[in-house]
Amino acid sequence: MLKLEKRPSDSRLMAYLSPLIAILLTLLCGGILFVFLGHDPFAALHTFFIAPLTSVYGWTELGIKVAPLLLCAMGLTLCFRAKIWNIGAEGQFIMGALGGSIAALQFLDADSRWALVPILLAGTLSGLGWAALAAWLKTRFNANEILTTIMLNYVALNALLYGVHGPLKDPEGFNFPESALFADATLLPVFSDDYRLNISILFALLAMVAIWTLMARSWVGYQIRVLGEDAKAARYAGFKDKQLTWFALLACGALAGLAGVSEVTGPLGQLVPQVSPGYGYAAIIVVFLGRMQPLGILFASMLLALTYMGGEMVQMEMTLPKSLTGLFQGMLLFFLLATDFLIAYRLVWRRQPASHSTTASQA
Amino acid sequence: MTIKKLMVAAGLAFAASASQAEPLNIGFVYVGPVGDAGWTYGHDAARKAVEEKFGDKVKTTYVESVAEGADSARVIRNLAQKGNELIFTTSFGYMNPTLKVARKFPKVKFEHATGYKQGKNVGNYMARAYQGRYLTGLVAGSMTESNTLGYVASFPIPEVVRGINAFTKGAREVNPDVKVKVIWISSWYDPAKEREAAETLMLQGADVLTQHTDSAAVIQAAEAKGKYAIGYHTDMSAYGKSAHLTSTIHNWAPLYIAKAEAVMNGTWESQSLWYGLKEGVTDIAPFNAAVPAEVRTLVEEKKAQIKAGELQVFAGPIKDQQGTERVKVNESLADDDLKGMNWHVEGVDSKLPEA
Amino acid sequence: MDIDLITNILYATIRTGTPLILIALGEMVCEKSGVLNLGQEGMLLVGAVIGFIAATVTGNLFIAVWFAIFAGMLMALLFGFLAISLASNQVATGLALTIFGTGLSAFLGSNYVGIGLDGMQPLAIPLLSDLPVIGKVLFQHDPLVYVALTLFALVFWLFKYSRLGLKIRAVGENPEAANAIGINVQLLRYAAVLFGGAMTGLAGAYLSLAYTPMWSEGMSAGRGWIALALVVFASWKAERILLGAYLFGFASILHLVLQGTRFEVPPNIMAMLPYVATIVVLVWLSSDAVKTRLSAPKSIGRPYRPMS
Repeated sequence: MLKLEKRPSDSRLMAYLSPLIAILLTLLCGGILFVFLGHDPFAALHTFFIAPLTSVYGWTELGIKVAPLLLCAMGLTLCFRAKIWNIGAEGQFIMGALGGSIAALQFLDADSRWALVPILLAGTLSGLGWAALAAWLKTRFNANEILTTIMLNYVALNALLYGVHGPLKDPEGFNFPESALFADATLLPVFSDDYRLNISILFALLAMVAIWTLMARSWVGYQIRVLGEDAKAARYAGFKDKQLTWFALLACGALAGLAGVSEVTGPLGQLVPQVSPGYGYAAIIVVFLGRMQPLGILFASMLLALTYMGGEMVQMEMTLPKSLTGLFQGMLLFFLLATDFLIAYRLVWRRQPASHSTTASQA
Repeated sequence: MTIKKLMVAAGLAFAASASQAEPLNIGFVYVGPVGDAGWTYGHDAARKAVEEKFGDKVKTTYVESVAEGADSARVIRNLAQKGNELIFTTSFGYMNPTLKVARKFPKVKFEHATGYKQGKNVGNYMARAYQGRYLTGLVAGSMTESNTLGYVASFPIPEVVRGINAFTKGAREVNPDVKVKVIWISSWYDPAKEREAAETLMLQGADVLTQHTDSAAVIQAAEAKGKYAIGYHTDMSAYGKSAHLTSTIHNWAPLYIAKAEAVMNGTWESQSLWYGLKEGVTDIAPFNAAVPAEVRTLVEEKKAQIKAGELQVFAGPIKDQQGTERVKVNESLADDDLKGMNWHVEGVDSKLPEA
Repeated sequence: MDIDLITNILYATIRTGTPLILIALGEMVCEKSGVLNLGQEGMLLVGAVIGFIAATVTGNLFIAVWFAIFAGMLMALLFGFLAISLASNQVATGLALTIFGTGLSAFLGSNYVGIGLDGMQPLAIPLLSDLPVIGKVLFQHDPLVYVALTLFALVFWLFKYSRLGLKIRAVGENPEAANAIGINVQLLRYAAVLFGGAMTGLAGAYLSLAYTPMWSEGMSAGRGWIALALVVFASWKAERILLGAYLFGFASILHLVLQGTRFEVPPNIMAMLPYVATIVVLVWLSSDAVKTRLSAPKSIGRPYRPMS
């Protein structure tokens, strides 16, 4: 009979293979779904996953979505590696957008590019400050960070709505809930006037390399890894777990805040209520999908960004409903989490159930 | 530039696929799902009307549930890039994205709904829904016994404020004792909250309700309590057979057909259109059997007068809530004043939230 | 304020609190067993849409409610298989469930938007409903309100008096130890997760069949997350969930009633309050070890797989 058995040590092969298996299974299920909807599955999958990337424009648009996802995801990696379950990137992103917008609205007459510096700084610090709240609650009061960060996300969202419906509303805007358009000088520079892609993608790539180096080469990175793998050992070794917690959360907050302010000074150019289409939550998926490895996360954020664009594409080309995006993202993560199991366990074929393996602990 | 090549390529690919008739390609961007029974549903019905009217001469594409954030610009641009020559963006939040995309596609015509900005190739359009509100106000004022009407509102933007004022004005013309109570729920769409707001209004004595939100929960609440309600966006009679008196409805078809025709004839120009009862863009739904004949006659009369241009909804004298005269006798509010309306007329019993 | 107004506010409070009670009780049982399911919002929407479709197709509300419960359980089973059997990360799995459920409900419901339905009618309980004030406030609701109260009593009893409740708590506190004394950890966790799914599915049915009898995308408007906050706010105690849900309902009704008076609060500040309050409670609970031990399940969020 088939039996699950714990591997003596984690399988490296499966660690790399399982995301691929998950993607294949998602494609398979997606294809079947398309057949049920009465479409040619290959054409539909092509429209969903390939067509958005058949032009330079498509790639630049992908970059626009990858940048915030990658920034948030790199910050989250730091936390998740230390087993700090920060769900708050969404709130930190929103606070970054909010803080950055408040700054940008002070520079409406600016014609110098230097005005961008305080704006980006304000956004980054706002995200960092929001994460600091979670860090303080965790280190000072021992409050579970999963719960506090979820709550803080909603507080941040309402703060944004309050701002955009109230004090930050465009005075010339007939009471519509959006801020004034930012000055051109305070918008992030773009690579070409033909596309929207701006330098935030560079911030993201830079953050990726920085976190990579930090984790792989630095003493702090080493401590974070140990803390995540064995908190007792870390404490025994004299690592200051509170300081590490502060560090990981603040770094994540700053990166998510930077992502937020880059969104308002980038493709949006103003503060609107819908500033985040859920980047902070999607980044959590990205981290798991990318196996907490920098390159993996880069590919995962590209894949996730693609599911958004693909969803728009099948809508436009085949009039399929928008909700497919959510279905695909959900499936992808389910399959990934399921196949992850194969890293630590393996399927084995046994003629007879071995009696010694069913001891008292057998459930 | 590469983008030009891409556009040419897209255009060529397109021409190859549909060379025989070269229909006019029209794109639509919707904020909700096409089946929302409200705002988006109305726009999609008009899209179908355009297809019916022109047959092979047009080809329409729509994208639904497009969030009003950074993603909307990509959707609009994709539609332009795919060879759509006329694009309707049907929600306020698309205003700035539409203008941004329009600058890159000078040959494509864009039409944005409910905004206030225009561009060389971007027109905007709105419905004079307040005219319908006024007519339904006449109905509500005639049907109320408690002399209290309830209004569930979303956000205090001029569009909503105008609707409340027109409704109040209509109601007080037939019944000077009427008060209109307003509850702001700070959401366009939250059925449970809309229902609770409706219940609260009924508690405060309202016996005819209406709403400027997107679900039909208010109608359902009135139906459950045996009160009356007036719908908005579409004919909402399905949600309350005895409660539903009538609805203010939008019919974008005449406007969309006119715009499509203009592009075909090469006569399109960027306009700021505000169509109402006269053009058929605003209308009211069929009456409930409970509405007496004399009320129907009155409404039809007023409707005919507005259509003929003999009657202005906001004709003076109009006092505001504080009793200050805002419009003198024999004058009426100009369109520009209406577009920025931020005060309540006399008879609205609730304070306008801080603007 | 006159007595009639107060009666009506209290009546509305109970109605508003009901879906929160259902979801939060389900989530509490789930968390007591050591499993954190962040997929409430997804299960809620799927429950709502399936309930509505079943009601439209069969025309029978009773059957529709069971369909909604079953749909919630199916979603929970999916979560359970990953998070319990395959020991996947509960946070990630729960979020995936929410994303998936939101998409799935919109997908399934697209043909059912804009359809009216004769929803559940209030059921006045004989004699009791004739009592002054109390009769109106408590005994003239639709059947699901009474069901929610019954389920509350059941969960209260479960953790106060039953051996099963003790076992669930033991599993949530320390699964290894529970396993050692012969408790089937996996089985109990599955049961708790499925119970949570059933409750959330039922809450979905309440939304789409009784509260606002219609289906539209995202109609839950974040109630799954509020319920999640409520569990923490209530420090994992059934009676406090009941209280917290009604408190929340009362505050949101009062907010509407007070509009335009000098007691008005900006709506977004109001919307923040439950979350801020929850953080405060959480801080208070976590501040000393005794309180923590008495409230939060210790192994919450930690996967457990028996050695084999």
